[in-house]
Amino acid sequence: MPEYQNIFTRVQVRGPAHYGVPLPSGPWTREGKPFFSHILGELGNAQIGPFYLGSLGLASLLCGFIAFEIIGLNMWASVHWNLILFIRDLPWLALEPPSPAYGLHLPPLAQGGWWLMAGFFLTLSMLLWFVRVHRRATQLGLGTHTAWAFASAIWLFLCLGFFRPILMGAWGEAPPFGIFPHLDWTVAFSLRCGNLYYDPFHMLSIVFLYGSTLLFAMHAATILAVGRFGGDKEVEQTIDRGTASERAALFWRWTMGFNATMESIHRWAWWFAVLTPLTGGIGILLTGTVVDDWFLWAVKHGVAPHYAALYGTISDPSAAQGGK
Amino acid sequence: MFKINTISGIAMGGAFVAAVVAVLTFQRPPVDVIATGDPGVGMELLYNPPAVTKALGINQAPPALPAIDVGPPAGKAYKNVQVLTNVSVGAFTRLMVSMTQWVAPQQGCTYCHVAGNFASDAKYTKVVARRMLQMTIAVNTTYANHVGDVGVTCYTCHRGMNNPSQIWFSGNPPGAAAGLTQQGLDKDLPAPAINGSSLPSDPYTPYLLNNQPIRVSGSTALPNGNRASLENTEWTYALMMTYAQGLGVSCEFCHNSRAFNEWDQSTPQRVTAFYAEAMLRDLNSNYMVPLTPEFPAALRGPQGDVAKINCATCHQGVYKPLFGAKMAVLFPPLLGKGTAPPAPAPAAQ
Repeated sequence: MPEYQNIFTRVQVRGPAHYGVPLPSGPWTREGKPFFSHILGELGNAQIGPFYLGSLGLASLLCGFIAFEIIGLNMWASVHWNLILFIRDLPWLALEPPSPAYGLHLPPLAQGGWWLMAGFFLTLSMLLWFVRVHRRATQLGLGTHTAWAFASAIWLFLCLGFFRPILMGAWGEAPPFGIFPHLDWTVAFSLRCGNLYYDPFHMLSIVFLYGSTLLFAMHAATILAVGRFGGDKEVEQTIDRGTASERAALFWRWTMGFNATMESIHRWAWWFAVLTPLTGGIGILLTGTVVDDWFLWAVKHGVAPHYAALYGTISDPSAAQGGK
Repeated sequence: MFKINTISGIAMGGAFVAAVVAVLTFQRPPVDVIATGDPGVGMELLYNPPAVTKALGINQAPPALPAIDVGPPAGKAYKNVQVLTNVSVGAFTRLMVSMTQWVAPQQGCTYCHVAGNFASDAKYTKVVARRMLQMTIAVNTTYANHVGDVGVTCYTCHRGMNNPSQIWFSGNPPGAAAGLTQQGLDKDLPAPAINGSSLPSDPYTPYLLNNQPIRVSGSTALPNGNRASLENTEWTYALMMTYAQGLGVSCEFCHNSRAFNEWDQSTPQRVTAFYAEAMLRDLNSNYMVPLTPEFPAALRGPQGDVAKINCATCHQGVYKPLFGAKMAVLFPPLLGKGTAPPAPAPAAQ
């Protein structure tokens, strides 16, 4: 009997390589001769390939490569093409959006034009990949849940880098491409808008994000725990509960009085995951456009308590001086 | 067996890298937490004991010479005395000897004075020292809202060295990037002044020399004409990091981090810091910048600008310079007693 009390997959079922169901006729076929990797089999399926590239996949990878090169080469240029500095300082380097002074106009390449171009190709790459995922699912006769979940992530990406800058009237409002710089941008965003934690849609996004990890942990733990009774046959057990499914359900009813079903747990997880960027994007779009200071907004609407003066009467000295 | 070794090897390698990063960049626990507000409001200052011990070691005021105040006014007794005119010769000499100990203990009097002709202004260091004396007096007399009764002396910044160790120059030499790639970056490189972050590396020039608006937050919940951009915010954020680093404190020393902008939730220290901004702009633009031509090129910055002052210049990583030792009061001329009214600034270059 297979055992699941291990951080790695202990069972590797090996048969002849599976080539997949026949494809509709077209210019593309699945590429590559499948092979098996024991190490990758510890994490997932040991069979690697065949891979379906397709015209959408090719176009997406090309656009992604162009964006990657624009970002990387501009970063490298910012350390005078010094390879050592490029590697050492990589987390600090960035491709910055145009200065806010350019508004929504097209700036010269060296003044933020590269950022716009990289953003364009990166967006195109993701949209093409979305269509590709959608089409692959359709051609296999699947639902398109994966594509729409990915679309939710694209929504948040576009809210940050495209929709909100347009609403604010400046590309300069968008985040840079860079590891530390985009984190600094995130802090600056919260500082500018009076603390993003008071944005109710940011709150919702956090709930769904943490909820996603919680549901993921609960579900994965449940299925691994009932694996010894065949609980990994989740899909069949949706309509034909076996002892594994019964025990899992009973376990949760004992511990918290209520339980998901083999089907509903996946809907919970999908919606939690999808709602994370969906609500987050709404929170971003509201910031600076209809709400300027989330802390003051939260005080006004009774969300945040307004503390009594902690340190006596501290008031703005510039008000007394009549200047900044 | 081989595969298990490979996997555990990768895991151990990763753990080693993580440990090296942690040892090199993290502060060793425990950290002392000092709550300054009511329970639950999160107003807490964090202090790392080894860092505090180190700061205590290097931030001690030197012993002061015994007070003397006898003799005729220095302006009558000596030639070319322009600032300490009505200070008694005794107090004058005591201050001169103290200044030597504070600024040029190795070189002695001749660091500034021409041997045999102490009245001569031939050495640039004397011209600079005179102006710095006026600056010290100005700080102690007109910026009590910032320096309080602690005040400043030459030692506050110099610490026994000819040039203060904590100074700044305007950053980013022109032409840092060339060609078609993105240009004009004033951030996105490790910035030592900003705690090693990728924030703008020279927030001093716009705010502590020029008078760019620092504030970016709005005063109303809904949009009401506040046009401060996220770019502005990053610059202000960088400036605030230099304050924190210069004083060895975290944000909560001045701000309640749930609402950085709100004055009625801030600490009194925020008001003190506010007054420093106007003071630093005054000192940098009216005292330091006009001295630019006096300094040799080797002491100037990459753009030929003079060394300038920020929080760290006096504070040197401590919330009050020299932990609040009241040094200035021991030297009455530095509080303006017996000195000539401040001369107008020499014409800028």
